[in-house]
Amino acid sequence: MAEFKKADSMLEWFDQRLGVVKFAKVMMTEYWIPKNINFLWAMGVLLTVMFAILLISGIFLLMYYKPDINMAFDSVNYTIMQEVGYGWLFRHIHAVGASVIFLIIYIHMFTGIYYGSYKRGREMIWISGMILFMLFSAEGFSGYMLPWGQMSYWAAYVITEIFGGIPLIGGDLVVWIRGNFYVADSTLTRFFMLHVLLIPLAIIGAIVLHFYALRFPHVNNEEGEFFDFDAEAEKYQEGKHKESKVIPFWPVFLSKDIFVLGVFLVFFFYLVFFHYGFAMDPVNFDKADNLKTPAHIYPEWYFLWSYEVLRGWFFEIAGVSGKSLGLMAFGFANAIFLVLPWLDRSPMVKPANQRPYFKYWFWLLIADLMVLTLFGKLPPTGANAWVGFGASSAFLILFIALPFITAAEAKKVKGQ
Amino acid sequence: MKEFKILAVLVVLVGVLYYGIEPYAHSVMHPEVAPANFNFDDLKNVDTSIKGNGANGKVLVEANCIACHAIEKVGHLQLMPNADAAAAYGVTPPDLSHAGRIYDKNFLANFIFDPVSALHLEHKYPVGGAKTFPMPAYNWMSQQDIMDIVVYLQSIAPKVLDDKVGHAITFKAACGRCHSMKYGTLEATTPADALKTYMGVTPPDLSQHIKSRGEHYLHSFINNPQVLIKGTAMPRVGLTEKAQEEVIAYMEEIGDSKKEERETVGLWVMGYMVVFALLAYLWKRQIWKKVH
Repeated sequence: MAEFKKADSMLEWFDQRLGVVKFAKVMMTEYWIPKNINFLWAMGVLLTVMFAILLISGIFLLMYYKPDINMAFDSVNYTIMQEVGYGWLFRHIHAVGASVIFLIIYIHMFTGIYYGSYKRGREMIWISGMILFMLFSAEGFSGYMLPWGQMSYWAAYVITEIFGGIPLIGGDLVVWIRGNFYVADSTLTRFFMLHVLLIPLAIIGAIVLHFYALRFPHVNNEEGEFFDFDAEAEKYQEGKHKESKVIPFWPVFLSKDIFVLGVFLVFFFYLVFFHYGFAMDPVNFDKADNLKTPAHIYPEWYFLWSYEVLRGWFFEIAGVSGKSLGLMAFGFANAIFLVLPWLDRSPMVKPANQRPYFKYWFWLLIADLMVLTLFGKLPPTGANAWVGFGASSAFLILFIALPFITAAEAKKVKGQ
Repeated sequence: MKEFKILAVLVVLVGVLYYGIEPYAHSVMHPEVAPANFNFDDLKNVDTSIKGNGANGKVLVEANCIACHAIEKVGHLQLMPNADAAAAYGVTPPDLSHAGRIYDKNFLANFIFDPVSALHLEHKYPVGGAKTFPMPAYNWMSQQDIMDIVVYLQSIAPKVLDDKVGHAITFKAACGRCHSMKYGTLEATTPADALKTYMGVTPPDLSQHIKSRGEHYLHSFINNPQVLIKGTAMPRVGLTEKAQEEVIAYMEEIGDSKKEERETVGLWVMGYMVVFALLAYLWKRQIWKKVH
């Protein structure tokens, strides 16, 4: 064991044992972020804070929630909402937070796509981010079942049913997931376990990986400029704060993030207290009833686009049923973002609007996702079904076309 | 400036999404229905401009109504336990103490004349059908006599306070024979198995209906269930606008009991966050001054 001299201060005592001074430097005061950024760069910190808010409100809910089909509904809507002091507050924060975190995730994700922050060394940031997106989707879906309302039940029924379309193992897989032939108590209890233990653990692990993945390639900036971080950091440390292209994570970067966070939280708490219906669907205040199908079943808003990709294929093509085609399209849509860094064949790291072809692709994708989301909620009848088919096909075509578009862009840029 | 442009793009995209997913999609799924009609104009069998005579009404009520109906307010107690009454009639007959207050005058008069058409239950009790409504039509009675009964019932109805206790009394009188309110520890006076036989389905517990249906829906639905659910076994109740408001108020007091607390705390939390954001802005400016 190393020889320790008597510490003169508490800080020194901890520093001797944990190296806290070095640690704070590495993590905070000498962790360098580009200066040329806008408020979209604050979404990561917003997401971290939102995750913490969900974790804390979730812990409070966990103290009174009962994962049993006979007790779940009343434990949420009576015990938590009406009997426990401020139980309603934690439920509202948790429900609205779960919905709003997806809005921020989407902004964060499309910021990454817009600024090309997924390639030329940043592939692992992107992949770990997409893994987080998938984990959050699973977390959102499993949590939505817990209040055991009508929409909890029927959304769980419809979504688990999707796995039935997988060839050969589909039927068995559905039973394996549900733990029964229908959505039942066993389903609720296992989704409860997933929601409060397994998925949160995986999310925490993936967040660590995501932050770690940022350290070497560094955070991108508004112009996609590559520069020597060490040289710029040195400039900053020499006191040339204005000249340097970097800022330290603490306090400079975080001071801006905390301001953005403050503005965001005003909006967030407005939703929590006064405008929560979008995140707490009225239909879900009817207790689950397996004999009574609601007139309209729809997932939470953040799943609507992929739900519509699934629903868009409603007729048989060349002997393959619409259901199977939809399932294939759905699988494609959920996996394709993961490989985005390799679909983009152009080496350009620039904001989309400065890229000659990619800019059209980006805004077409946004438009298509908007259409998919909007029509994902409407009843799929008449013309709506065809819009769904068109938008779903457009989604596939956009991603199939991306390597060609970006390869052409790479050629054009090279020629200049 | 650039940051405001980015923010504007975000706000527009999110605004369009929100509008499409929420107000628009819901207006497609739940089209507007005819506005509530608290005059019950469709009922025209009895001329309600006739001035009723309460003293005669009392005689008529004692001769015609109390064989089945309790009127506890004036000492006519319930004749048999709820279970027996439900077995005899299908559903427990209502105590008439509050009838003159909670039911609209036109509805009440026409109900006495012909219950089935007033309730909009012709689909359930067609003329000459197998099932008959437990209460006979008093269409043989003179219009004057019917109005005498109405005036008498109005004269005995006790006033209730505009508070949770008063709202609960109205709710019990208007809905409590068929609907339970578990979170308010109210149980339907008709036993569950009898109810299911009588109605065809078990009428839902109303504890969370203020959330699952919402005030807007309830306003139309209670006034005339058939406009929202064609063929429902739920009768048109015939409540006055005031009595209906009391019923909905009670549903909110039970189903959303923390509303007031939520709205007060909400303002404080938002106020706190506004101050937080302002201070954060000042701090950010001070720090960024040194790097720009």
